[in-house]
Amino acid sequence: MGELRLMKGNEAVAEAAIRAGCDGYFGYPITPQSEVMEYLMAEKPHDRTGMVVLQAESETASINMLYGAAGTGKMVMTSSSSPGISLMQEGISYMAGAELPAVIVNVVRGGPGLGTIQPSQADYFQAVKGGGHGDYKMIVLAPASVQEMCDHTKLGFDLAFKYRTPVMILSDGAIGQMMEKVVLFDPIPRRTDEDLIKQNPWAATGKPKDREHIIITSLDLDPAGQERVNLKLQAKYRKMEENEVLYETLNCEDAEYVFVAFGLSARICQKSMDLARAKGIKIGLFRPITLFPFPVKPMNELGKKVKGMLVVEMNAGQMIEDVKLSVGCSIKIEHFGRFGGIIPTPDEVVKALETQIIGG
Amino acid sequence: MEEPFVKTEIRKDENIVYKRTNLLVDRPLSYCPGCGHGVVHRMLMETLQEMDIQDKTIGVSPVGCSVLAYDFMNIDMLGAAHGRAPALATAIKRLWPHKFVFTYQGDGDLAAIGTAETIHACNRGENFTIIFINNGIYGMTGGQMAPTTLPGMRSSTSPYGRDVQTMGHPLKITELIANLPGVYYVTRQAVHTPNHVRKTKKAIRKALEQQKENKGIAFIEVVSNCNSGWKMTPVQSNKWMEENMFPFYPLGDIKVDGKLVEKKETVVKE
Repeated sequence: MGELRLMKGNEAVAEAAIRAGCDGYFGYPITPQSEVMEYLMAEKPHDRTGMVVLQAESETASINMLYGAAGTGKMVMTSSSSPGISLMQEGISYMAGAELPAVIVNVVRGGPGLGTIQPSQADYFQAVKGGGHGDYKMIVLAPASVQEMCDHTKLGFDLAFKYRTPVMILSDGAIGQMMEKVVLFDPIPRRTDEDLIKQNPWAATGKPKDREHIIITSLDLDPAGQERVNLKLQAKYRKMEENEVLYETLNCEDAEYVFVAFGLSARICQKSMDLARAKGIKIGLFRPITLFPFPVKPMNELGKKVKGMLVVEMNAGQMIEDVKLSVGCSIKIEHFGRFGGIIPTPDEVVKALETQIIGG
Repeated sequence: MEEPFVKTEIRKDENIVYKRTNLLVDRPLSYCPGCGHGVVHRMLMETLQEMDIQDKTIGVSPVGCSVLAYDFMNIDMLGAAHGRAPALATAIKRLWPHKFVFTYQGDGDLAAIGTAETIHACNRGENFTIIFINNGIYGMTGGQMAPTTLPGMRSSTSPYGRDVQTMGHPLKITELIANLPGVYYVTRQAVHTPNHVRKTKKAIRKALEQQKENKGIAFIEVVSNCNSGWKMTPVQSNKWMEENMFPFYPLGDIKVDGKLVEKKETVVKE
């Protein structure tokens, strides 16, 4: 068993990156995620593992530093919060197009615009449906605890290299800021340059005489070539849908109704579930952990067994679209949300269940 | 009686005094005939070959006419988003400190959309080389006004000439860069005559050699022509460049070994 610590979610991300063998972090301060870089700088990861940490001049620079380093096969990450992530969309699109692995942490705050520094889940669409230009997807992980902030960082790197894709950890200001106990995994040594070159023959690491030169780009001016690029990406996304779906169910065996929620909302729904069960309502919880790939099949199966679903999100109704696409129109599916940085209380969620789903 | 004509093969090793470097991929360049890009590509690749660092070099190409530089340079390269090449190069050099890293950028890329990345990479004193081609125009998109377009100069978005009152002044970013403490070597060169080509090549060699010393950015501006964008013949454009670009962007070293070069005042005698 690994080391037990009391940590903030943001600190857990930083510590997990060092332990996962991350080669470089590039970031720019923004509330509520600044602890990621603060923790890294204080930890002197270069002394611990050789990991490079650099404060960039903007999120635009951070994401392009990530693109450069990832193009040479290095294991790199950045973190930011909603407005900063918006600035990164160009770079994320380029990375998806050039098929580069990296982990991007979004500690979401309320928007639109400068919005608020309080927690929100309003970046679901941006993360899951693309965000930047062009037809691309990235794997999106939604941690619901400080433990998962740690675990998803490592999982994120594994998936990023498995599929040569950017991976987003879609957290929020509350998960990033709250302290919980976390079991840290044992450190994994950083790859040597020799291993890196062997494991990533696609990376631009300097052309030896005996191989062709490597070009990292998302540009293909020939429409037929660009269509092939797109088809290849789509085939990769179908593979992710087949193999990488993660979700969790609670009390769904005898459930007549279910809450569907991710991240912090799922934590709140756990409490709401207890309150509702105490009232005799047979309610379960379905928590998607990967938002892309979305757990379409298990959601669909569950939809055949229950009478109604309440999708609880800290936004105006985003994931509900994927829930409806997965389940269809045979049962009642409603949304309950608070937004702009307001966290719903367990009681108001139960009330919404009673009025919108059971009584509605 | 006349000797019968005998065809002799003169392309023998002992006769060859100059040939194309094999660090340039054997394919036609995408640049307009008369453009300076091809010459700078060749100087850069020849230098890498002479230093024998093809396997230790990672290049970053921009968005602009030289967006496809990676198709011509036979080394590992990354194509950056518009203006972001110095950010890529920063991370690459930090994570591969023993590699030789360069960016190859045009004026729109380096001095307009990428100004922040350029200034900050230079100010941090990153240890890579920037090759900056300044032809005073956006060539690839069809001749629009660039940050370095001269006052009064015509372009497709300043069809009556650049009016500095409404369109702003041309940006001498190279002089600006030279004043930053993280910058070790700054020079401005050209490639329109054999003499200038030799000087540019020397500057490239000096810049790459200095990467071994980890002393900061080496920045080489090449003032070049754009005969297509300027709507001139190659010969006309080179003449126009000498008469108009060079007075505004004077050639020569601006910063050497971390010290600004003192300007020699030219005394005009009556």
